[in-house]
Amino acid sequence: MGIRERLSQVRQSVDSLKAMGKDPSKLSFEAMHSPTEATLNGKAMTLFGTNNYLGLTFDHACISAAVGATNAEGSGTTGSRIANGSYGGHKALEAAIAEFYNKRSAIVFSTGYVANLGVLTGLPTHGDYLLIDADSHASIYDGCKMSDAQTVRFRHNSPDDLAKRLGRLKDEPGDKFIVVEGIYSMLGDTAPLKEFADVKREAGEGVYLIVDEAHSLGVLGETGRGLCQQAGVEAECDFIVGTFSKSIGTVGGFCVSDMPGFDAMRFVSRPYMFTASMTPGSIASARAAFDIIAEQRGEQDQLWRNCHQLFRGIREIGFETGPQPSPVIAIVLPNPEAAVGLWNRLIDAGLYTNIAIPPATPNSLSLLRVSVSAAHSQRQIQRALETLALVGSEMGLVESSAAVSLAWTG
Amino acid sequence: MTQASTIDEQVIALLQVHAGDGVEISPDTNIIADTKMDSVAVMDFVMELEDHLDITIPLNRLADVVTVEDLLAAVRQLRGQQE
Repeated sequence: MGIRERLSQVRQSVDSLKAMGKDPSKLSFEAMHSPTEATLNGKAMTLFGTNNYLGLTFDHACISAAVGATNAEGSGTTGSRIANGSYGGHKALEAAIAEFYNKRSAIVFSTGYVANLGVLTGLPTHGDYLLIDADSHASIYDGCKMSDAQTVRFRHNSPDDLAKRLGRLKDEPGDKFIVVEGIYSMLGDTAPLKEFADVKREAGEGVYLIVDEAHSLGVLGETGRGLCQQAGVEAECDFIVGTFSKSIGTVGGFCVSDMPGFDAMRFVSRPYMFTASMTPGSIASARAAFDIIAEQRGEQDQLWRNCHQLFRGIREIGFETGPQPSPVIAIVLPNPEAAVGLWNRLIDAGLYTNIAIPPATPNSLSLLRVSVSAAHSQRQIQRALETLALVGSEMGLVESSAAVSLAWTG
Repeated sequence: MTQASTIDEQVIALLQVHAGDGVEISPDTNIIADTKMDSVAVMDFVMELEDHLDITIPLNRLADVVTVEDLLAAVRQLRGQQE
């Protein structure tokens, strides 16, 4: 099949989605008013489809830091970290992240996606093994594809399945790198990290644990250090990867580790070496956001109050959800058509969410991903629940009696 | 799947379960194009195959696997290496 035929096939699948409503590729926000409000194609929208967990994108300290750095150092670095693209701000941010995690050193990458590519290609080599959770993010799969190591999948969130697969490799000489995530972005579930750490420890020398805290930084853990902190296994987590594009509210990524010599990865990790570094503005706002998380101003607690309220409300309406309250609440729908239909109707009603449909989802699930922010007000959450109840019952996805009683008692 | 069945027969029988109703599995079958499986379903099938045969089938080893015969050849080679 040639390129023209392949592109035409892709176009046909997009058109079949479009036939059910809006063309996702034609949607754009022409104005952002706050972390939770925007104008989308001329219509006022409340945002329940971002990763702005702490609501920091409009934080005064983050914005003034970004503006100050942009004025002082320019709009971009025009170079990679190993050439002309490492400024004082990049080094200072790395020191601040290492201090935040109480680890020996941190490396900053240009995005969270690039951080995973950089770590998964920079750490393991020929003869090594990457053991990844089956529900891993695309950036982990892509990093594995680029890596010289061999990749083995284990069943989602199953330490026993991981132990079995590690057992099969016990006579193989290479290092083994286990890769899990703090919060999984599709269903919002967390990894049983303590049990994974036990499996790693029992497997002995040469077995390392990489934890991607993309969705859990600033969200889990007593001081916001993520699931590693919450599960009490930070010492067992050899490499923690994260992103600045969710709770940190800008763009960029990092990896932090206690391993002596970790910094040498800068000279072998091609995704670190061969892309332009973060802009001075992004660096400065990321730094300000880490300071805010360290200050413990209360955003994390507010986020969880909002998560619990929205999760409980969505279940009371009668929707099936992911397994636990989380900043990512997945509404499980019977098929892709229902997911696309609900998503379209919610946009018409001024509520922006995200859809996730196969093959991007585990077990071929069709999901509406509703995400929560500390910046959501009680009124916004209540309105979102009323809208979900009304549209859900109109579409026959939930029983109308439960939906109506919620709308009335709300 | 009796003990007497060959490894090839066991792989094909397991693939038949995953491939969907009405799909005829032969050595020439294209695993993605000719079955009802998408790329994730193929990886899930491989995970079950690993457990059934008690071997490791790295994802990287699947890069060149297109047909059932390619898969059978890969399994033969991996079993040889891991014995």
